[in-house]
Amino acid sequence: MPIDFNFMVGGEAGQGVQSVGFLLAKVFACGGYHVFADQDYESRVRGGHNFFRVRISSDKVGAIAKDVDILIALDSDSIRLHRAEMASRGIIIFNGEKVKGASSKKGSLLSIPLEKIAEEKAGDKLMLNTVALGAALSAVSYDLPKLDRVLADHFGSGEVGNRNIAAAKAGYDYVQSESKGKSGKIKPLSEVRRMLLTGNEAISLGAIAAGCRFMAAYPMTPASSIMEYMAAKSKEFELVMVHAEDEIAAINMAIGAAYAGVRAMTATSGSGLCLMVEGIGLAGITETPIVIIDAQRPGPAVGLPTRTEQGDLQFVLHAHHGDFPRAVVAPATIEDAFWLTIKAFNWAERYQLPVILLTDQHLASSHATIDPLDLSQVTIDRGIMFSEKEDDPSEYMRHRVTKSGVSPRAFPGLGKALVVTDCDEHGEEGHLTEDAGQRTAQVRKRLRKISPLNKETNTLRKYGSRGAETILIGWGSTYGAIHEAVGILRKENASVNMLHLNELWPFPRKAVIDAVSKARNSYVIESNATGQVAQLIKAETGYDVSGRILKFDGRPFTPHYIAEAVRKEAR
Amino acid sequence: MATASDYAGLQPAWCPGCGNFGILKALNTALIELNIEPHQVLLVSGIGQAGKLPHYTRGNVFNSLHGRPVPPAIGAKIANSELVVIAVSGDGDAYGEGGNHFLHAARRNHNITYLVHNNQIYGLTKGQASPTSDVGFVTKTTPYGAANPVNPIALAIVSGASFVARGYAGDMDHLASLVKKGITHRGFALIDILQPCVSFNHKNTYQWYKERVYKLEDKKYNSGDRKAALEKALEWGERIPIGVIYEEDLPVYEDQLPALSNGPLVKKKIDPRRVERLLAEFM
Repeated sequence: MPIDFNFMVGGEAGQGVQSVGFLLAKVFACGGYHVFADQDYESRVRGGHNFFRVRISSDKVGAIAKDVDILIALDSDSIRLHRAEMASRGIIIFNGEKVKGASSKKGSLLSIPLEKIAEEKAGDKLMLNTVALGAALSAVSYDLPKLDRVLADHFGSGEVGNRNIAAAKAGYDYVQSESKGKSGKIKPLSEVRRMLLTGNEAISLGAIAAGCRFMAAYPMTPASSIMEYMAAKSKEFELVMVHAEDEIAAINMAIGAAYAGVRAMTATSGSGLCLMVEGIGLAGITETPIVIIDAQRPGPAVGLPTRTEQGDLQFVLHAHHGDFPRAVVAPATIEDAFWLTIKAFNWAERYQLPVILLTDQHLASSHATIDPLDLSQVTIDRGIMFSEKEDDPSEYMRHRVTKSGVSPRAFPGLGKALVVTDCDEHGEEGHLTEDAGQRTAQVRKRLRKISPLNKETNTLRKYGSRGAETILIGWGSTYGAIHEAVGILRKENASVNMLHLNELWPFPRKAVIDAVSKARNSYVIESNATGQVAQLIKAETGYDVSGRILKFDGRPFTPHYIAEAVRKEAR
Repeated sequence: MATASDYAGLQPAWCPGCGNFGILKALNTALIELNIEPHQVLLVSGIGQAGKLPHYTRGNVFNSLHGRPVPPAIGAKIANSELVVIAVSGDGDAYGEGGNHFLHAARRNHNITYLVHNNQIYGLTKGQASPTSDVGFVTKTTPYGAANPVNPIALAIVSGASFVARGYAGDMDHLASLVKKGITHRGFALIDILQPCVSFNHKNTYQWYKERVYKLEDKKYNSGDRKAALEKALEWGERIPIGVIYEEDLPVYEDQLPALSNGPLVKKKIDPRRVERLLAEFM
């Protein structure tokens, strides 16, 4: 029988919600389950209300489900705020010593003296979270040794690890004896090894695999964990991460490093990207390959700092004045985040332009299991290089006008060729010019790069029956939720399929027209208030979608939310 | 051997008599005397009349945005630590639009040289006050007089730059010797260069400077004394010191980067298989 089960851990910032949630996700991933976990947190260091949802399934999952089967409530607010989400046979585990008068109409309450057990069995009442973790696993009679292994990995095999293992066992035993064998049964599935990682970790791994040697950034939620990961690996992988004074410096540093010949990137969120806009144009006119990660959050301005939105699409398509080519991609899944990051570096160098990768808080900080990444599939394309063996370096011109629009690159200091470029309009040799003919030739040369790049942006994802009546159109991180919603609707015999875009610019015009023109109804599903991909489709194809399912409260879509919205549209 | 013909660039589009000519000549002289060839040099400039300098000599050139020569210079230096990286700005570029980068590049003590053509006026936009215009200086944008000027020398010293000098465009030989010292110094080397603007600054003229500048080398002055240097940085008006104002061996940003200890990043090969061991951390 297929298993689809949902945990939630709730509590204040600083109570350890994230680590309990992560360990839950990990212990089921180690048991062969597919896992999807997301994080909901406030912009504060202590207090407030945070929660971490962990969905485990015997089938692949890419979104959060509706009902909660087990809630670990580390404070009373977690019960009050989430009891309505409980499944009818759900269980709320809470610390009966601290939380008094708990009540819930849905699911049952399981009061456990977490602190007392932690103190008695592990000698430290701060280990109450681990007791709760053991208790939650016991409620489904999961394999305790799996948890021991995860705890030893996480806390080390020393004193701290051992005490956590003791705390988990005590929580597990307590629930076993209280429930008298009536617990549910979720057993490990297999020894299949999968990776469990976040979208930002996938981007970081992709960048390192692609040979990124330089990153400069300024901390901004939800992008900061990329710079932290890169900094942590900088020694081992011989790369440099500069914590710059501001976003303007960050993008300009990355451009300088890329000009000098290394793969370079920066990462930020919307209002940080606002500061970086001048750098997008600088990379455009100097034809410098850089990768810019925009981990979107709701705007404008500071908006909702810790929440999710897809509100930057129209911004990144247009950010900067003047005409020049760029590429925009938006990973659909955590696995896609790895591969698209590598592709972004290849495109940046093949076409010598800025590539913007749009992720968002939902994808950035959600965990998912994926099959181990096959590094033999990674290709590196550094584009056309100038060869001093074949050509005279004294004749090198950085911006030589070519048929393809791509000029061979040389790197300063590695040969005799002088690499000259300018943010002013320049001639082929790179020196500034105001000559009308040279200006026209350089603009045309740069724009010629769009057409071959456009031929590469064709990896549409389609799901559902061909020629269905209704097509759901999404882009970026909503893939998992829309995909599952299509499944839900098809079970109800609805004629529905989906089209999902992860390579948005240059726009895959023909493929989109082919897909949408067959459907009677077309709905975009977007985490923004105006339907930005609908605007893009209209602008590029002239096609008007028939409806827009939009969500801009900063919270991610769930499959059930989408299915219900589609049903409403159909009525 | 590097020669003068190696550094013969395009014909400058500066006004006749501009202080920039002296700075250009001093830079070329310094590079030739240090026997650095053009392909070993990267000149990163901003916007303004100073920003055009790299086009009028020879080398690798990244002419960047207004206020931004320093960040790409830092990025390029980290990417290829073997490059001689020289950033070139005017006073508006360095101390106005790029002020934050200037402070932080000094603080982190990056191993680059920064030449700032300081003519106390905006030349390219035709005569507006700059961040270093003398107090009360009347221009089209400051009809009631400019506000207090920034003090780049003092700022650089307190921010942590390890080499701070002031040169004068009217004394090419002296300036060339400062540029040589700046290039060979390990760490962030600021050379603020007093530069008459014959078109728009009719106060701080060649004559004005001639009456005021004096060389620290001619005095008993210890450039290794930070307190004395700060005191010297405040000297402006009747007497204006030029020369090395502060110089010390301080930790250099690039030296603390483990990734740079085995040669330049740009020479390293890309091998995606190296990531295999990271994948295991997520299993």
